[in-house]
Amino acid sequence: MIERIEKASEIRHWLGDMEADHYYYSAGIAGERFFVALRDEGKIVGTHCAACNLTYVPPRIYCEHCFAELTEYKDMGKRGCVVAFTVAHYDKANNRLDPPEIFALISFGPHTTPLLHRLSEVESEKICVGLEVEAVLKPKKDREGKITDILYFRPVKG
Amino acid sequence: MAKKHELFGPPLNPLGTRLEAEDMEKIAHVRAKPNAKYAWAAGAAISRFLEELKNGRIIGRKCARCERVLVPPRMFCERCFQPTTEWVYLPGTGVVETFSISYIDQNANRVKEPILVGVVAFDGAPPHCGIMHYFGEVKPEELKIGMPVEPVWKPAEERVGSVLDIKYFRPRKK
Amino acid sequence: MDLKKIRKDVAVIGAGMTIFARRLQETGKEMSWEAAKMALDEAGLTLKDIDAVIMGSAPDAFDGVHKKGEYLLDGAGGTNKPYMRVFIGGGTAVFAPIVGWWHVASGMFKRVLVVCEEKMSSVQPHAQSAFGHIWDPILDRPLKPNLVWIFSMEMQRYMHKYNVRYEDIALVAVKNKRNAVGHPCAQLADPNITLEDVLNSEPMALPVRRLDISPPSDGAAAIVLVSEDVAYEHTDTPVWIDGVGWCIDTTMWTNRDLAFPKFVARAAKMAYEMAGIKNPRKEIDLAEPYDPFDYKELQHLEGLLLADPGEAAIMTREGKTQRDGEFPVCPSGGLLGVGNPIAAALGIKIGELYWQLAGKAGPRQVKKDVRTGVAQAWGDLMQVASVVVMRRR
Repeated sequence: MIERIEKASEIRHWLGDMEADHYYYSAGIAGERFFVALRDEGKIVGTHCAACNLTYVPPRIYCEHCFAELTEYKDMGKRGCVVAFTVAHYDKANNRLDPPEIFALISFGPHTTPLLHRLSEVESEKICVGLEVEAVLKPKKDREGKITDILYFRPVKG
Repeated sequence: MAKKHELFGPPLNPLGTRLEAEDMEKIAHVRAKPNAKYAWAAGAAISRFLEELKNGRIIGRKCARCERVLVPPRMFCERCFQPTTEWVYLPGTGVVETFSISYIDQNANRVKEPILVGVVAFDGAPPHCGIMHYFGEVKPEELKIGMPVEPVWKPAEERVGSVLDIKYFRPRKK
Repeated sequence: MDLKKIRKDVAVIGAGMTIFARRLQETGKEMSWEAAKMALDEAGLTLKDIDAVIMGSAPDAFDGVHKKGEYLLDGAGGTNKPYMRVFIGGGTAVFAPIVGWWHVASGMFKRVLVVCEEKMSSVQPHAQSAFGHIWDPILDRPLKPNLVWIFSMEMQRYMHKYNVRYEDIALVAVKNKRNAVGHPCAQLADPNITLEDVLNSEPMALPVRRLDISPPSDGAAAIVLVSEDVAYEHTDTPVWIDGVGWCIDTTMWTNRDLAFPKFVARAAKMAYEMAGIKNPRKEIDLAEPYDPFDYKELQHLEGLLLADPGEAAIMTREGKTQRDGEFPVCPSGGLLGVGNPIAAALGIKIGELYWQLAGKAGPRQVKKDVRTGVAQAWGDLMQVASVVVMRRR
């Protein structure tokens, strides 16, 4: 028989963390095009696979279904519609969010992969799948080539 | 393109975009810091091992079948695949199984005074059986495989139940 | 091991790899796609033809993405297919193709894509920070070890037990960095490197010096495996995987015999038995053993039973393991010369054997006629071996 340790205080442990100072994630070849267009031109771009009739937003350099190389970047405009959404009352550390934050998948057209972002300037009861929304960007001088250069999406007026 | 073929052979025209250190800030990227904290449980055998280090002693666990004294101790013998049955104190002395003279620390920073580190195989344990630790009171050029060594303990009041309760191993005085 | 139960012979019909570099701009997904696409192009297949995908990659801590096998899958071509993730540290480079092999050998799949990826530049300030987390957190980590220490200690033990000279070990680094000059993906090729350069390079953890070590790299590699039923539909020069083997030593590294890698020998014997090889020294024409450090090439040749303990150093000194020597070893340039993106070493182990045995290696082609080769990788906390025997028929 294995002798059991009876006093819990005799069980030892060692405290530590992951020492990596930080991670550097390059946005990649397609990511570079996406973020530079967003930062410098205020555009949201995607790539299109003609064979699969599928547009990727954000863009990719390949089609994951047929492996074709995708090299043409097209401007998707700033308007899309809500495909799915959630109203978050807690943040990732489980702190209460007041007011709640709304996250949505936004599609820029049929056969287009949707983009995850925030919704604002909208009451949560008014949101529905299919709601037409538009991107609100940071002023050009504040944009740094990150997904947060888009502040949020809001319903299209009128 | 054809020229490259003559020069190299496959893979022909391999893809990949080399990125120099000075370009890292120029391209689109994100930096993020992981912040997970851990508490690693020592388990039954190693908890006792650490407790005995606090007492200034080395302890192993004996397998009744193969009669090996396992150090660091385990509650099972991985060879016989059955529970070990007995705690056995070892003298704490041993020999240098192998060693390294390191000019780099954990994060590959250069250090001036080399870190002397190695594996100490404990007396009373089977061949090659030991732990990793530092060496001290010895010049780098004097370190040899097979050299008898003994532990230098921290003062009892500073010991906390850690492998660091041993400051280092030094050549054994005859 | 019941060899009668293996249903199908398995061939490599295409290989691809990205350049290996300290840093690539591509994301891990993009690198995976680049390598996979190149392998498919060489095989003359499209993603539609592929029945299943194997992805090999090392610790998530390098890329900084958890479940990175899942994260990489669209670039690896795994979408909507049976998709298997494999990881045994550095050993993945040869173990991922073994997993691909059994997918085909079992008769379940006809055409399988094996992709390996590593993006070691993500972790800052240095890949060493991620290596810190593979040590035992209670017994080893408080001592603040650098991973190089463990290799240094192993090398010390190897040199001591078999009376191996450092000068002979360093010749491996010279050979491989020179061989890599012929490789279009190489990170550390050097046509002018000399023995003195290695002997005088910066001491890291003695006996290991800077030039004894392969560099951390970003890179990806891929191969296409097919069943005997379809191999000749796609190529006239399939290269067959005739034997596979793998084995692992105890997890308590301070309890191991560090001088002779018995687990490599066990894995090799398994692969040789499957391939019907009785005398490996006579029947094998070239080798791509795993060489993240120069001494490892020697220790692995001995583990692969291609040299007696300590003899590989002598063979190296005598020039036998040169590309044009009587027994070429690491004609690719190896990890020491081409680079070491852990799992993606697939491209310079299995990939190189494929190109060599198919007679397609161009200026890297070894001088002698080669029919049978062995590739091997080594990993986890320096304790696991994966071995593949390949043949041209």
